[in-house]
Amino acid sequence: MTKRFINRGDRATREGFREGLVSAGRRHPEVVAIGADITSSVGVDLFAEHFPKRFISLGIAEQNCMGVAAGLALEGKVPVFATYGVFAALRTTDQVRVSVCYNDLHVVIGGAHAGLSVGADGATHQALEDIAVMRVLPHMTILSPCDATQTNIATQKAVNQVKGPVYLRFGRAPMADFTSETQVFEVGRGQLLHTGDDITLIATGHMVWEALQAAYLLEEDGIRARVINIHTIKPIDREILVKAARETGAVITAEEHQVTGGLGGAVAEVLAREFPVPMRFIGMADRFGESGEPKELLNHFGLNSLAIIREAKEMLTEKFRS
Amino acid sequence: MIHPKVHDPLLLKEISMEIRTSVIRMLSKAGSGHLGASLGLADLFTCLYFSILNHDPENPVYPGRDRLILSIGHVAPLLYATLARAGYFPEKELDTLRKQGSRLQGHPGREHGLPGLELSAGSLGQGLSVSVGRALAGKMNEEEWMVYCILGDGELQEGSIWEAAMAASHLELDNLVAIVDRNGVQIDGKTEEVMAIEPLKEKWKAFGWEVVECDGNNHHDLLSSFHLAHQVTGKPAVILAYTKMGKGVPSIEGNYRWHGKAPTTKEAALFLQELEDSEG
Repeated sequence: MTKRFINRGDRATREGFREGLVSAGRRHPEVVAIGADITSSVGVDLFAEHFPKRFISLGIAEQNCMGVAAGLALEGKVPVFATYGVFAALRTTDQVRVSVCYNDLHVVIGGAHAGLSVGADGATHQALEDIAVMRVLPHMTILSPCDATQTNIATQKAVNQVKGPVYLRFGRAPMADFTSETQVFEVGRGQLLHTGDDITLIATGHMVWEALQAAYLLEEDGIRARVINIHTIKPIDREILVKAARETGAVITAEEHQVTGGLGGAVAEVLAREFPVPMRFIGMADRFGESGEPKELLNHFGLNSLAIIREAKEMLTEKFRS
Repeated sequence: MIHPKVHDPLLLKEISMEIRTSVIRMLSKAGSGHLGASLGLADLFTCLYFSILNHDPENPVYPGRDRLILSIGHVAPLLYATLARAGYFPEKELDTLRKQGSRLQGHPGREHGLPGLELSAGSLGQGLSVSVGRALAGKMNEEEWMVYCILGDGELQEGSIWEAAMAASHLELDNLVAIVDRNGVQIDGKTEEVMAIEPLKEKWKAFGWEVVECDGNNHHDLLSSFHLAHQVTGKPAVILAYTKMGKGVPSIEGNYRWHGKAPTTKEAALFLQELEDSEG
């Protein structure tokens, strides 16, 4: 049995971004940040406070912000442009595609308020399609860390390890903070968080904690579930996915995103080619979110450990029947 | 070595004609592409690359160079012909325009390795924002170089241009000069009928820019406009360059149908003859 993760206290992943950005700024003088009016809400305020000359306020004009970021990157700066994921990935898609990706520029795009857990603001502000859109763009790297501690590390890696464009996704609601500050975090490598050979739970973002809780509960019923954290959705760790499919024969993906085009799609694309096994997908089923409390919404739309357990048990019944 | 500067308007005119000849030839070989604006802007590009810009064809990325951002990527044939004439690559390579495997993409694409390209672009409305970013970096690093951004008049219908225009004056970027190719036409017809953009001068002024107007097909007028734009401090400058689409080939001058078309071999021969006749 592997060690169990413990929640040190709920923290929003944006807090990890807020802190990680300052650390990155301290180490790398070429880092500059762009603000689109909601700087404190997305966690750029602390950077602006520390490095006022390296913070550029450009107002509510996201398309221009993205183009300016491309221009800064062409001159050797490492621009970080964070805004709500719905705007960062969707309003500026053409600027990201042509000015940033086609020029292969190291622009760090922060997609804040990702997922349903934005809560009360409702569907317009809940980024549930951002991974899908960013994933199809050539040269793009996508980071989707699972808690505040990991987001801090991922932010620094986005600055000092990724070479081209990178989309970094994080959320607003306080959620379990459980990964170690000294963890091994390699861009492009999944993390095996819990061992097991009956079934594999592959999750990203906030759903990683839910997958772990599901695995712990399943264990009480004698079911050994493997849990993998995919913090880098692109490039995805094919090796860890294929190994899990081969050794467990059943895979469930879980994400706070539409089930099409996101983590589920990315995993299915790998396994369909390399080792097809039965799969289930937990995420938004081709619909918009709504207003509510973060955890209330996750429960309402079936993005929680109970939903994962239900799917896992159904899959295992089928597995043993065949 | 920085490319030597030409100040003799007659010599500049001669170079413009050579570049126009290349443009007609390469487009006819390619079988597609945008002839109208490539001919209309030939005088402006000649002035920039042979008289205004600090640049070095032997070291295209030397840090102190002026940056030219072509926001209207469809004018790529003119950019390529000008770069080749300035010595960035052999003029023979112009024949490969738009062909599979060529470094001369239909719209500029840096990943194909052609020297002298400052931006991969082609989706209208993005170049001014990128220019603002580069000019801002120049200011942050206390650099002396300038950023020039070439915009189309139809392109000004894109909202993001005005986001960038607002930012450039807010940031007081006097190291940025935008140039609008005011030829009055776009693919569907006259700009004022498709979607009116006038009053242009007042719009740019209202957005905090210094506005300079000039005959974009007159070398002397162009050079003095650039000198005026360089003297502006504390804010960016825009040159409204009134050009004629298809300039140099009288039978197609001002005809919007030639915005996005390439001449057939027969037409190219006629156009080259017209070009020669109109010289002098």
